[in-house]
Amino acid sequence: MITLLREQWDLLLEKRWLVPVLLIIGFGLAFVIPEFNLLSVYVQLILMYVGINIILAVSLNLVNGYMGEFSLAHAGFMAVGAYTAVLLTMKVLPVTDFPLLFPCAVLAGGLAAALLGMLVAIPSFKVRGDYLAIITLAFLMIVKSMIENIDFIGGPRGIPGIMKLTTLPWVFFWTVTLVWMIRNFIYSKYGRGVLSIREDEIASDLMSVNTQQVKLFAFMLSSFCAGIAGALFAHLLQFISPRIFDISKSTDILIMVYLGGIASIGGSILGATLFTVLLELLRPSTMAALLSWLPSFVFDPLNEHFISHLGVWRMVIMPLALILVMLYWPRGIMGLREFRGFIPRRDREAHHLNNPHGEDPHDITNRH
Amino acid sequence: MTLLTATKVGHQFGGLCAVADFNLKLHYGDLMGIIGPNGAGKTTVFNLITGVYRASEGSIHFKGTELVGKKPNQIAALHIGRTFQNIRLFRDLSVLDNVRIAHHAQASYTPLEGLLHLGRYRREEQRIIDNSRLLLAIFKLEHLAGETAKNLPYGLQRRLEIARALAISPELLLLDEPAAGMNPNEIDQLMDLIQWIRQEFKLTILLIEHQMKLVMGICERIKVLDFGVTLAEGPPKMIQNHPRVLEAYLGEIPVV
Repeated sequence: MITLLREQWDLLLEKRWLVPVLLIIGFGLAFVIPEFNLLSVYVQLILMYVGINIILAVSLNLVNGYMGEFSLAHAGFMAVGAYTAVLLTMKVLPVTDFPLLFPCAVLAGGLAAALLGMLVAIPSFKVRGDYLAIITLAFLMIVKSMIENIDFIGGPRGIPGIMKLTTLPWVFFWTVTLVWMIRNFIYSKYGRGVLSIREDEIASDLMSVNTQQVKLFAFMLSSFCAGIAGALFAHLLQFISPRIFDISKSTDILIMVYLGGIASIGGSILGATLFTVLLELLRPSTMAALLSWLPSFVFDPLNEHFISHLGVWRMVIMPLALILVMLYWPRGIMGLREFRGFIPRRDREAHHLNNPHGEDPHDITNRH
Repeated sequence: MTLLTATKVGHQFGGLCAVADFNLKLHYGDLMGIIGPNGAGKTTVFNLITGVYRASEGSIHFKGTELVGKKPNQIAALHIGRTFQNIRLFRDLSVLDNVRIAHHAQASYTPLEGLLHLGRYRREEQRIIDNSRLLLAIFKLEHLAGETAKNLPYGLQRRLEIARALAISPELLLLDEPAAGMNPNEIDQLMDLIQWIRQEFKLTILLIEHQMKLVMGICERIKVLDFGVTLAEGPPKMIQNHPRVLEAYLGEIPVV
C-alpha cells in the first residue's frame, strides 16, 4: 500500500504541470482568503508569519547549513530591511495613492540589507567558524545600537503607527519568489561552490572555485532575503523598535533552521512552519480556545494551573524542545536531505542516469 | 617548449626552511617524478605551484604567466589540476557533484543567470553534466554518480580524485602520492592509468611518490629532494645509481 502510494507520488512529482498548478492554486487562495474571510483574521495573521519565517529560515540555511558557517546577524539584516522600507513608506513614497510602491519599498529594504551583507562577507574571507560567529554577533549589536542612537528613526522607542501594507498575497509572492531564487542559487555553480566550501575550503579553491566571490554572493543573497522578510514583518506588526531585532530574534531563526535540518530547503520550510504554529499554540488564549470543548471540571483546573501560565512556560518549552532535538535528532527533520520536488529535473536525471540501483541520493524516502 | 619554469623558489615556515633554491623546468608532455624522504618539501613544492602557499623567493612561470601571488582558484583556472596526499574529496557530496564543482571556472554564466536559471545557465549546466559523466565513465565510476563520495572504497576515492582534477581540463597535472595505500596489483593498474590519461588528455604530469616501482616504472625524469634542497635530477637509471641519492635517501642498500 505504502509502496503504491509512493509510486503514485513519484509519478505526480514528475509532472511538469504540477508546480505551476500548485502556484496558481496557492496564489488564488492567497487572494480569496482575505477577500471573503474564509479563515479568521487571526489564522490569516499566522499564515503571514509562517511565510515571513520561511523566508528567514531558508535564507539563514544558505549560510548556516549549506555554507557551514554560523551567522547570528540575521536579525540585524531584518532590522535594516525593516527600517529602510518603513522610512520609505512613511516619509518618502506616496504609498496610499500608489499601492504598488509597497513592493518597491520592500525591495529597497532587501537591497539595503544586501549591502550590509557584503560587509559581513568580507571578514568571512579570512575568518571561519566560531570566530566568524562572534563577528556576526558584533555586527548585530552594532546595527541595534546604531538604530537606538538615531533619533530621526525613533531611537530606542522605535516607530509606531506603520501602515498595514503586508497582505497575504504579497507574503505569498515574496516567499515563493525568494525560496525559488535561493533554490536556483543552490543548484547553480555558485551553490555547489557554497557546498564545497563547507566540505573543504582549500580543496574547493584548488578546484577553481572562486571562494571569496561565492561567499560574497551567498552572504548578499541571504541578507537580501532577510531584509525583505524584515520589511514585510514591519508592515505586518505595524510597529518596530530595535528591541524586536535582538539576539533572541536570531535565535528563533536558528531554532527553525536546526529543527528543520541543515542544508535543506524543504527542512527549513517545515521547521519555520512548525516553529511558528507551535509558538502560537503555546499562547494562553490560543490554548484556552483550543481546549474549551473540555468539560469545565477538567478545563477549569487546567486553565488555572497550566494554561494561564503558558506565557512563562513557552519560554521554557521551546528551548527545551531545541535541546531535545539536538540530543536525539541532531540532523533535524531533514538534515542534508532534500524534498525531491525542490531538486531541478536536470540535477535529478544527472544523478540517475545509468545508475543500476536507481537510487537518488537526495531522495528522503530512501535513506535513514 | 617549456610549460612550467620554477626559478630559485624558496619558502620558509617561521624559521624552518621548507624549500630552498628550487628550480624546475617542465616541457610539454613531460612525466616527471619528485622523490625524497618524508619532510623533504615535496608537497610544499606542489602547494607553492598551486598557490596554497605564496613563495617567499623566486618565481614560477606557467606558459609565460607568473604564478607567485595568484590565488589557488586563479591558478586552477589556468588549467593546473592536482590531487592530494591524503584524499580531500567533498565527502558529503555526491560523486557527480565532486566532479561538477571542479568545472566552476569554466562555467561562464553570471550570478543573475544562476538565480533565475535562465540564459546561459541551461546550456552550460548541461555541458558540465555531460563532461562530468564522461569523466566518470572513463574512470568507471559512472554507475556511482549518485553515491555520496565518502561511501566509496579507498581505491575508488583515489580514482575519483583524479577524475575531479581532470575536470578543470588541466594541461599540467600534479599527483601527490597517487599510489599511497595501494597493493602491487593496484599500482600496476594505476601506472597504466597514468600513462593512458597522459596520452588521452595530452597532459604534462608531475608526481610525488614513495613507491619506487611506480616512479622508476613510468617517470622519464626524477628529481630528488631532501630537507628542501635538490640532491639530484635525471633519468631513473641515473638516479638509481647516484651516490648522493643513495647516501641520503635510499641509505646504503640499493633498492628496486
